[in-house]
Amino acid sequence: MPAVSETIETVQSVQEGGYKWGFETDIEMEFAPKGLNEAIVRFISRKKNEPEWLLEWRLKAFALWRKMEEPRWAAVNFPPIDYQDAHYYAAPKQKAAPKSLDEVDPELLRTYEKLGIPLREQERLQGIAVDAVFDSVSVATTFKERLEQEGIIFCSISEAVQKHPELVREYLGSVVPQADNFFAALNSAVFTDGSFVYIPKGVRCPMELSTYFRINARSTGQFERTLIIADAGSHVSYLEGCTAPMRDENQLHAAVVELVALDDATIKYSTVQNWYPGDAEGRGGIYNFVTKRGACRGARSKISWTQVETGSAITWKYPSCILQGDDSVGEFYSVAITNNRQQADTGTKMFHIGRNTRSTIVSKGISAGRGQNTYRGLVKISPKAHGARNFTQCDSLLIGDQCGAHTVPYIENRCLTAKVEHEATTSRIAEDQLFYCRQRGLSEEEAVGLIVNGFCREVLKELPMEFAVEAQKLLAISLEGSVG
Amino acid sequence: MNAMTTGAEAFLGRFEGLRAQLPGGRTDWVAALRADAAAQFRAQGLPGRRVEAWRYTDLSPVAALGFTEALTLAEERPALPAARAPWRAVFVDGRFAAGLSSLPPGLAARSLAADLDAARGLLGALAEPLPLVALNTMLFEDGLFLEVPAGAEGGTLELLSIASHTQEAQKGRPIAFHPRHLIRIGQGARLTLIETSLGPAAAAYLHNPVFEIAVAQGAQLTHVRLQQEGRAGFQLCTVLAAVEAGGTYDNFTLNAGGRLVRNEIHAALRGPRAACHMNGAQLVADGQHADTTTFLDHAAPDCASRQTYKTVLAGRSRGVFQGKILVRQAAQRTDGYQMNQALLLSEEAEIDAKPQLEIYADDVKCSHGATVGALDEAQLFYLRARGIPAATARAMLVEAFLSEAIEGVQDEAARAALDDAISGWWQREGA
Repeated sequence: MPAVSETIETVQSVQEGGYKWGFETDIEMEFAPKGLNEAIVRFISRKKNEPEWLLEWRLKAFALWRKMEEPRWAAVNFPPIDYQDAHYYAAPKQKAAPKSLDEVDPELLRTYEKLGIPLREQERLQGIAVDAVFDSVSVATTFKERLEQEGIIFCSISEAVQKHPELVREYLGSVVPQADNFFAALNSAVFTDGSFVYIPKGVRCPMELSTYFRINARSTGQFERTLIIADAGSHVSYLEGCTAPMRDENQLHAAVVELVALDDATIKYSTVQNWYPGDAEGRGGIYNFVTKRGACRGARSKISWTQVETGSAITWKYPSCILQGDDSVGEFYSVAITNNRQQADTGTKMFHIGRNTRSTIVSKGISAGRGQNTYRGLVKISPKAHGARNFTQCDSLLIGDQCGAHTVPYIENRCLTAKVEHEATTSRIAEDQLFYCRQRGLSEEEAVGLIVNGFCREVLKELPMEFAVEAQKLLAISLEGSVG
Repeated sequence: MNAMTTGAEAFLGRFEGLRAQLPGGRTDWVAALRADAAAQFRAQGLPGRRVEAWRYTDLSPVAALGFTEALTLAEERPALPAARAPWRAVFVDGRFAAGLSSLPPGLAARSLAADLDAARGLLGALAEPLPLVALNTMLFEDGLFLEVPAGAEGGTLELLSIASHTQEAQKGRPIAFHPRHLIRIGQGARLTLIETSLGPAAAAYLHNPVFEIAVAQGAQLTHVRLQQEGRAGFQLCTVLAAVEAGGTYDNFTLNAGGRLVRNEIHAALRGPRAACHMNGAQLVADGQHADTTTFLDHAAPDCASRQTYKTVLAGRSRGVFQGKILVRQAAQRTDGYQMNQALLLSEEAEIDAKPQLEIYADDVKCSHGATVGALDEAQLFYLRARGIPAATARAMLVEAFLSEAIEGVQDEAARAALDDAISGWWQREGA
């Protein structure tokens, strides 16, 4: 998120301690009744004025979901979720779709300003196009005209359904099908908004595209759906950020992100995930159960995932690459922090199908407090993926003796000429490193922050610069209270 | 799923028919132990591939064959290989063969069936709730019961397990046997155990041994396992080891035979400064499936563990390595290392690896590594450029690949047996 260094400082001064993004915006909202059934799915579809085929698609997903069971294989514990006890649609009341920022409710603009995403200034100064998603709906997208000149489509997925139904119909569910998993099926049935990006052939997107997700309303879940298509020879860098108010209840966030890269296209997808993590005793926080997957359909295409996961009570997330095109490349760079009672089970899957496909996985897990952090990954090489290469490195850092760090990589190779390398280490911050920093006048907390940043450097350097600055500060804040 | 249930039913039916005749059938505590195991096995069944620990090894061939337990010891005396140690305990179809064995005095080595009462409280003490251990407990006929007294220098003992041709006697049904070996090394004592399992080339059979191994304070057990079952045989071996303070358990396993083989080792380091080394080589040829699954439980501070496993795959074969290191919160200053590597020699081979770390203590150093690849063309070229024929060059590179796992085997007799097994395999399958 273009949240800039200001974010932290400004908000820090407003809020005392802990999670700085925990305020609530008081704004008139429109809700669907609580509960989940076919009528709700129809209600959402009607609200969005969707074509018949999409309603059918949702209903099929809903029927599939009802037959599925919640996955329980991840190393996370949580009480059963009552899927009937939530609103599946919550939107700020607006008369008509805003045509420009001038028509957006000023209260909303203030919310994003408070979060460090001043949409107006953004438009003028920063050269980053933002799609702001507030609970269930997209409230504003900046820089549309500039992007349209290049033929780039960047809008909410609801708008894309209306304006570019042929693209949505062709690609929606083509990477993550409705029945992929329990949470993806749920999302397919009730998704309310999200971003849609299409980069035409040969176009290099002139600016970073960004979505900022905000959960505000009580008793809601957020189910956004993002679809990015990079046509042949195109290039795009996409950033995603998210926050939510502090509450004692657990809120569900079950998103689906689908990426499609055609011949020679590159998609870089960066996430700074900072959902409310719950308090020190583990009350409240977001359940972040997300399915992200990219298909490198074209030859020489590339998909790169970078994630910094500092928030959420529970993270369940495996951004993956299907390397179908010959010579295609998949990357996964991840930093995941768990402090207090946070739990994270995250990693990636790399499916090598095409010849000479390459993948790199670098995962850094940091556990503090009573946090539990698991890397879970799969590298699968099919018999025809001649010359495929994978390199995986998973490092875990433990801070304190009440936390856990776990590594569960799966390697499945059926190709003679493939080469797979995996290495993993677990350790704590070395006494001599700490001593060295303390000797030079750093407090213990500063020293830990410095060492952690060094530990994560390989991943942070993959982030777009502004994101990287924010991420570094976030790391320090996430670890507050974990030492001394 | 159906095949699995049927497979389990066959074993359970066999147990119902045999329970009075099995060793300890009329002894309350043994009968209760077996009944509990049967209940557990009934609940679990033969594990299917939906069970995480069995996702890469499919037991449906075991379920499909409908094994039957032999009731009497084979009459015929199988041919024995040359002795590798001065003392030898021989088991034929899971039963102790006194006439073929020569047991060392002073080590309390005997048949478990013959001295079952002395095993009360020991048998099952280390058992984990694993379905194949339950199957073994339910149906074991015999095993080696060895108690090396404190301070004893036990030398080297050979444990030979032979599958004979009793399936004709069983009306054509393949036989299964489930030996239960209890090995207890007293405080400060030492022993080397060389275990070889052999079987007929073409007959199907199931060898389902369970080892319960207790290594007391400061004691040391070196356990070399040379698995050379017949090519139609199945071996599903579970080693359950507990090591007390300052003790060492060394396990080396060669998986070279069998149609489908699982080498599962659970080792718990229970006292400070205990150590465990697990090494192994899997040589998997056309039509074979070899699985090594290890679980290292670091439960005490200042312990060290080392694991190195190498798998070579030829023909249409499949190799599996699953290795988990658990470091409990008390196990501060743990030093854990695990490496598994696979070398593919064939386009039809498949290797699946799942190394795993689960760590709850902060002052630890744990790492694992895994690599998969083919023979390095550059290395081959280098050797050929020096006039070494292609076949020799390949053999040299495979030998070099295996050496890191093998070099830990220090005992001369064991090392000689191992070298023989490897070169024999290479001549049959490699060239």
